[in-house]
Amino acid sequence: MFTYYLELALRSLRRNKVLTGLMVVAIALGIGACMTTLTVLHVLSGDPIPGKSARLFYPQLDPQDMDGYREGEEPPEQLTWIDGNNLLKAKRAKRQALMTGGAVPVQPAQADIEPFFSDSRYTTADFFAMFDAPFLYGQGWSAAEDDGKARVAVITRKLNEKLFGGKDSRGQVVRLKDIPFRVVGVLNDWRPNPHFYDLTVGDYSESEEVFVPLSTSRDLTLPRNGSTDCWGRGGGNDGDHMENATCVWMQFWVELESPADAAAYKAFLENYSREQKTLGRFQRPVNVRLRNVMQWLDQEKVVPSDVRLQSWLAIGFLVVCLVNTVGLMLAKFLRRAGELGVRRALGASKREIFMQLLMEAGVVGLAGGVCGLLLAFVGLWLVRQQPADYASLARLDLTMLGMTFALAIGSSIAAGLLPAWRACQIAPALQLKSQ
Amino acid sequence: MAIRPILSTLRRHKTTAVLVVLEIALTCAIVCNAVFLVSQRIERINMPSGVAEHELIQVALADIGAKPDEHARTLTDLAALAAIPGVTHVSSVNQIPFGRSSSNNGIKLDPKQNKPTLNATNYFGEDIGQTLGVQLVAGRLLQPADYVSVKEASKAFKEGKFEGLPHVTVITQPMAERLYPGQSAVGKTLWIGSQIELRVVGVVKYLVRPSIWNDAEAQYSMMMPLQVESNQYLIRTAPDQRARVLAAALEALKKNNPNRIVWQKRTWDEAREKFFDSDRAMTGLLIGVCVALLVVTALGIVGLGSFWVAQRRRQIGVRRALGATRGHILRYFQTENFLLATIGIAIGMVLAYGINLFLMVHYELPRLPAIYFPVGALALWLIGQAAVLGPALRAAAVPPVVATRSV
Repeated sequence: MFTYYLELALRSLRRNKVLTGLMVVAIALGIGACMTTLTVLHVLSGDPIPGKSARLFYPQLDPQDMDGYREGEEPPEQLTWIDGNNLLKAKRAKRQALMTGGAVPVQPAQADIEPFFSDSRYTTADFFAMFDAPFLYGQGWSAAEDDGKARVAVITRKLNEKLFGGKDSRGQVVRLKDIPFRVVGVLNDWRPNPHFYDLTVGDYSESEEVFVPLSTSRDLTLPRNGSTDCWGRGGGNDGDHMENATCVWMQFWVELESPADAAAYKAFLENYSREQKTLGRFQRPVNVRLRNVMQWLDQEKVVPSDVRLQSWLAIGFLVVCLVNTVGLMLAKFLRRAGELGVRRALGASKREIFMQLLMEAGVVGLAGGVCGLLLAFVGLWLVRQQPADYASLARLDLTMLGMTFALAIGSSIAAGLLPAWRACQIAPALQLKSQ
Repeated sequence: MAIRPILSTLRRHKTTAVLVVLEIALTCAIVCNAVFLVSQRIERINMPSGVAEHELIQVALADIGAKPDEHARTLTDLAALAAIPGVTHVSSVNQIPFGRSSSNNGIKLDPKQNKPTLNATNYFGEDIGQTLGVQLVAGRLLQPADYVSVKEASKAFKEGKFEGLPHVTVITQPMAERLYPGQSAVGKTLWIGSQIELRVVGVVKYLVRPSIWNDAEAQYSMMMPLQVESNQYLIRTAPDQRARVLAAALEALKKNNPNRIVWQKRTWDEAREKFFDSDRAMTGLLIGVCVALLVVTALGIVGLGSFWVAQRRRQIGVRRALGATRGHILRYFQTENFLLATIGIAIGMVLAYGINLFLMVHYELPRLPAIYFPVGALALWLIGQAAVLGPALRAAAVPPVVATRSV
């Protein structure tokens, strides 16, 4: 029966080529637009560090003075140097890393490559293990090297290829801001999306190419990027004395094993705040936050609002395309009332007519889905040509591929249901009489 | 034209008619809002900058090694740049309009007030107003005597010696209107935080910020008399001289100190272009979706129209045989489409209003202007009529003799 219905469907579709084409194109456009925007949304709202995002937390404190205080407001998005170091040294979590971003001039040994700037991250020893950064060669530096302000660096595979032709460069020297650093490790390709551990340098920016101990970066005053928010007299700072300034500019992450550990850490933060208030460093009432990765990304509203808007727009477009297809299919089925009447009179049940028409709708849907998928590829290619920093991420993965097909078949069957149901309500006698 | 027979025909095709109405309504609602979004984006892209748009060049550098005597180098850089033929002004600046990176402060009218009145960006650099080419509307621009070096100022600030800080500023008109509504701003004072007091000496028409979080505050900028040695230069020249001057400037800077990396060299127009890239991309996308929606809807009307015409061939033949002219038949289908479109538009307007309310809540969009409703309605009526014209003409061409044939 299946093949027979399929044959009937194809025959009927062939009879009205323009109309069939119109229905297929409408479904394809709707699905193509929808899948393009939903894929972008899916990629941008993804988990940057799956499997661990629930165990990584971002502590926030409120070290500001009473100027501009309003109850219930969020604490600053970053920490001061003093608080960051206090929390780091307290070692209350399984792992912890304090960091800030920057950009350093890199001078290649090869004379034919001009010096260039690379984005850098100044951080502490636990960074690599905590964020599961994959090493190609070597490893990160140790806590002792943090304390000793060691001139060591971890570079990425890309920079390793540029500077050392991709070979194992452990022990080699890389010159940063005219200062020699020893390479201790080379990272394999690694790009968490979003750039969750420091959103101030761009929500979807690429990973840094150079990693250097935080203590060393301050010792040598390596150039810093990202945002700095100051209060009181902090604003007059020139960047060389940031350690004592009343400014927040550090990111701090902790790894906590269980919800109980998280609760204990939050209590520790509250105690710390109270203690600092007693010491007179903090003035505001205790106001701490401890969010995990996804909560933090949600709080910072990382997914661009334009991308959400585009998704709504595409869904609206798909609905219009489907309504259009339903209308056309209905008109088509009803016009075949005579033919369907004859089939009914010859013994076909309502159910059989219904199945036959649904098959026709399914074929249209399948064709629309396949074309829609092709359009989605074109659409994503167009998105990748856009100037946004997330553009290069817009690629279809298996989940979205499966969803495209489900959406295509589902929506066209849904579009076929109403017309098929209406058409199989036809009273055969009436149709035969009017002939 | 009698409407009754049309209504009674539509009643026989209730489901199909409802679908057409629904499609027109949805299209109307989405297109109205999308066009509104496009107009908002275009307005944003054309935001006034307040500067001599096609005359500016930005060059920014960074030291590779240890910093040399920045003060001396800045002076030689400035002298070398000013010596390039065709350069009218040059300034060492901390930031440029639409340059993205910015320094901002909360501005208060009274140092004791808890929350700042507004947040404004600070432009530093000797001669910056003249180089940018801002348009003065009251008072004066900053003069050499007003200036303090940023290093000395920050040292004085940290030590609490406020007399060593700048005392005057030039602000934009939108900022002046927000701070001192209905009054002249010149001579008034404002505070950065609760410690730095500044007297307004001049007001310029516009000066856009380097980075914009809220379009309503895009023009909240002030110029402060601070000399900076930031390794970032703004050069003003005639529009047709820019390429040559940029090349000469890079050469002069390299000659003066080769141990630097140039990380930005562009005309200011390029900076502006880049700033609105994503808005332009979004505008293109919205226009694309609008066109696609209208085309799909029009094709849907053509498809349905063709069906109905084919279905009613016999009835049309009978009507023709009974004396209806081609014009009658044509107008019948046109009126039918007009009726469906009108109902669709009416529902679409309500939907459009609803979507707009949603966007106002979630995307901080203003209310949809009333003009969109009649214009949108007119556009959809026209598209409907154009789409139905083909099928209607085919209907009008049905000869009366069809009535006498059996099928």
